[in-house]
Amino acid sequence: MATTTLSTEPLELAARLLELAEAAGADQADALAVSSTNASTTVRKQQVEKVSESTARSVGLRVIINGRQATVSTSDVSDAALAETVETALELARVSEPDPYAGLADPGEQARNTPQLALFDEGIPEVDGEHRLGQALACEEAALGADTRIVNSGGATFSTNFSSFALVDTNGFSGAYADTSASMWVEVMAQEEDGQLRNAGWSTSERSLHRLDQPEDVGREAAARALRQLGASKASTCEVPVVWEPRMAAGLAGIVAGAASGEALYRRATFLADRQQTELAAPLLTIVDDATLGNRLGSRPFDGEGVVTRRNPLVERGVFQGFLFDSYNARRLDAASTGSAWRSVGGLPQIGSGNLSIEAGETSPEEIIAEVDDGLYLTTLMGFGINYTTGDFSRGAAGIWIRNGELAEPVQEINVSGNLLEMFQRIDAVGNDAQWFGATSAPTLRMSRMTVSGV
Amino acid sequence: MSDTPADVIGFYSTQLGVDEAAAESVLASALGRGGSFAELYFEHKRSGSLSFEDQQVKSTQASLSQGVGIRVVEGDAIGYAYTEDLSLDAMRRAAATAAQIAHGTTETNPVDVTAESYPADRYAIASPSTSTPLADKVELLRRADDAARAYHSSIARVDASMVDEEKRVLIVRSDGRMVADYQPLLRFNVSCLSELEGERRNARWGGGGRMGMAYFENHSPESLAEEAARQAVLQQEAREAPAGTFPVVLAAGDSGILLHEAVGHGLEADFNRKETSNYSNRIGQSVASELVTVIDDATLNLSRGSVNIDDEGEVTGHNLLIENGQLAAYMQDRISSDHFGVAPSGNGRRQSFRHSPMPRMTNTYMTAGDDEPEDLIRRVDYGIYCKAFSGGQVNITNGDFVFSVTEGYLIENGQISAPIRDVNLIGNGPDVLSKVTGVGHDLEMSDGRWTCGKSGQSVPVGVGIPTVLVSGITVGGTQMRPGAGMSA
Repeated sequence: MATTTLSTEPLELAARLLELAEAAGADQADALAVSSTNASTTVRKQQVEKVSESTARSVGLRVIINGRQATVSTSDVSDAALAETVETALELARVSEPDPYAGLADPGEQARNTPQLALFDEGIPEVDGEHRLGQALACEEAALGADTRIVNSGGATFSTNFSSFALVDTNGFSGAYADTSASMWVEVMAQEEDGQLRNAGWSTSERSLHRLDQPEDVGREAAARALRQLGASKASTCEVPVVWEPRMAAGLAGIVAGAASGEALYRRATFLADRQQTELAAPLLTIVDDATLGNRLGSRPFDGEGVVTRRNPLVERGVFQGFLFDSYNARRLDAASTGSAWRSVGGLPQIGSGNLSIEAGETSPEEIIAEVDDGLYLTTLMGFGINYTTGDFSRGAAGIWIRNGELAEPVQEINVSGNLLEMFQRIDAVGNDAQWFGATSAPTLRMSRMTVSGV
Repeated sequence: MSDTPADVIGFYSTQLGVDEAAAESVLASALGRGGSFAELYFEHKRSGSLSFEDQQVKSTQASLSQGVGIRVVEGDAIGYAYTEDLSLDAMRRAAATAAQIAHGTTETNPVDVTAESYPADRYAIASPSTSTPLADKVELLRRADDAARAYHSSIARVDASMVDEEKRVLIVRSDGRMVADYQPLLRFNVSCLSELEGERRNARWGGGGRMGMAYFENHSPESLAEEAARQAVLQQEAREAPAGTFPVVLAAGDSGILLHEAVGHGLEADFNRKETSNYSNRIGQSVASELVTVIDDATLNLSRGSVNIDDEGEVTGHNLLIENGQLAAYMQDRISSDHFGVAPSGNGRRQSFRHSPMPRMTNTYMTAGDDEPEDLIRRVDYGIYCKAFSGGQVNITNGDFVFSVTEGYLIENGQISAPIRDVNLIGNGPDVLSKVTGVGHDLEMSDGRWTCGKSGQSVPVGVGIPTVLVSGITVGGTQMRPGAGMSA
């Protein structure tokens, strides 16, 4: 199934490791090999700050003997190290305890061919250091030149990556794919009259070079965001409508996907437990997980267990559709895998989403803001204040205050809080301005009320 | 017994073929285009983990990660490359890639590498957990599980895990210095779910350090598990937290996370060299209340944040950052110490050989004051008492920082009253530190459970603080309580 020559070597390596494990007596096993070449150039104040380029390669093996499971990984791929990996895995499995649900994916659900998802841009392995440097310089230059009040820079980075992933298992699955990505990032500082700095960053990240935003646009966006925070002060404590700019709304999609993990459901550690097919939000809200979109960062032909990837609706017209599963948690909860297993060489499959999108609505972001007399336009969130078990949400924030339907003064050092179940119920507007941020697409959203803590 | 530096040097030479001659050859390639400095960071790490759920072992894992990271410095700029293949050819290729940062063609003088010794005694341990039989570790997990379930009938789930690693590092530099260290690390985690009348609450607890099995002599699995269970059950009675700005009393120990965020990151010298920190150009100035003295100390025995040498090969130390409110020094790595013309402070750290080093914290704490902890609570009419946390974050440039409280209480009329639900607090570094109006005599370091992230790199750290009263921090609850007063 290999689509490019790049994936051949990992596939051979994985197959060699699996063969050794079978010969040593593993009844069930899978082996994976990954190889990833990353190159990046960082400039700061138009001078080179860091240039790096390396290829990482490692292999992982999972063995299951009478339901006893162990995983072992190594970055040393010599024959001796592979033999030691197998020996360690068998030794660890013997100490483990039998788990009736442990096992490989159902072969009937595994991919038989590789759908063409346009994950590989042939141009990316060809990108040289000069190109990375030129893009990083252009991006930072646009940001620094946007306004005389932009006085400092955290730097600009342009990086490219090409990787291959191979998986084989004792049920006969054998698959490999290669993918690429490129990204650009910049952070600059705007200066207040008293010398205080306000910083902001912006980035673009895609599978193919031609889909990246232009370096100048990324730079100007970072500068505009730093400038619009000038003069920020603390808001007063109040309960008001909160408008989430698309980048912030994208984070909400990630929270729903995290709470929809079948493992979290098994552990009863999600506020979405027992809410399948109930109204999570107004019919305005639809959120979809889809790893089959062409050219997207969250796409892949099969998951970390070889299961075919698919489109998984999470919220359809406000109704919570159900959970994401790998095959282990699916077996534990009598469900089916949704092709959502992610795998690193060093561990068991973990549940995660592919591409997430909050579907666009019909209202323009201007109208959404115009309907707010007094409220917060949210542009920054800080910290880890989400309790997935209870749904309690309390995070640091910054943004722009909305007065009489217009964006007014910037605010910072505030908190926004609520309970996610209530917050989703309070979504009363969805913008027509969906845009992609890496593997997530989201439009502007409005919640009719949240608590804002400040002075 | 853990390895001495000489043992580690011997290990690289006999097991991996990396000796002085090999290092000299790779350094020659690294300086092949005339870079002003080069460094090789060799890492050999074995790690293991065991997870326990549904009252049985769910999985066992082991991994081996080895490689060398090669850095070439030219002025403030660096070239970086790594390879997992420790053959001389592969290392020289990686060195040539890193060398491209320099543009010269000048022949550099050959480097004469010499192994140097230093006192490596912060975590010389008798019994590394990595050589402990798995069955013994499973027994610890089982004891934790039993204790959590026995703590309260509402404990419906217990998940426990133990992760450990042993890392052998060898650093060779173009100034000829070759140093090595053996770094053990252990962590034990328990997570509990309390389910009562359909209401679910969870909590996690754990600890560890640069220790072997001796950790459990003073920290029984039962005590760690009961603490997780206690916090989960407590949350069943928790009320909504208030919204607004109130006095906050921080309990001794884990509240040190406030320091880590409010000043720690801002005092890392890379941000100050670039003048992007809100503490830039403020050495000698007042940045906190006179009650505040802050130290970063990599030399604490067995602590999670301790290191004998940093990841650039410098011997670490006890570094005064803030003295009685005055900014004393930044935490330096090699590039920033050259820039500022000061000695390296031993704070150059990195996640692994795949990453270049930068200034990082080790164990960061506030020194003890004179107040009775109870008096600090008594001074508050209405406020919050914070005891356990899930994490924090800071914006280096504007100084805003947050930390999330997972065990907190209301203080009413000078007394701790009801527990509150999870809540985030936000403040601005120098502003919050200027509002420190009381410092207890009860300095306590947290148990080893914190990991710090910066620019995509994670390193283990320690935090510590005595009981502290801050006269106002913004509390991000949901309960509106207009006009709350304060007396601090």
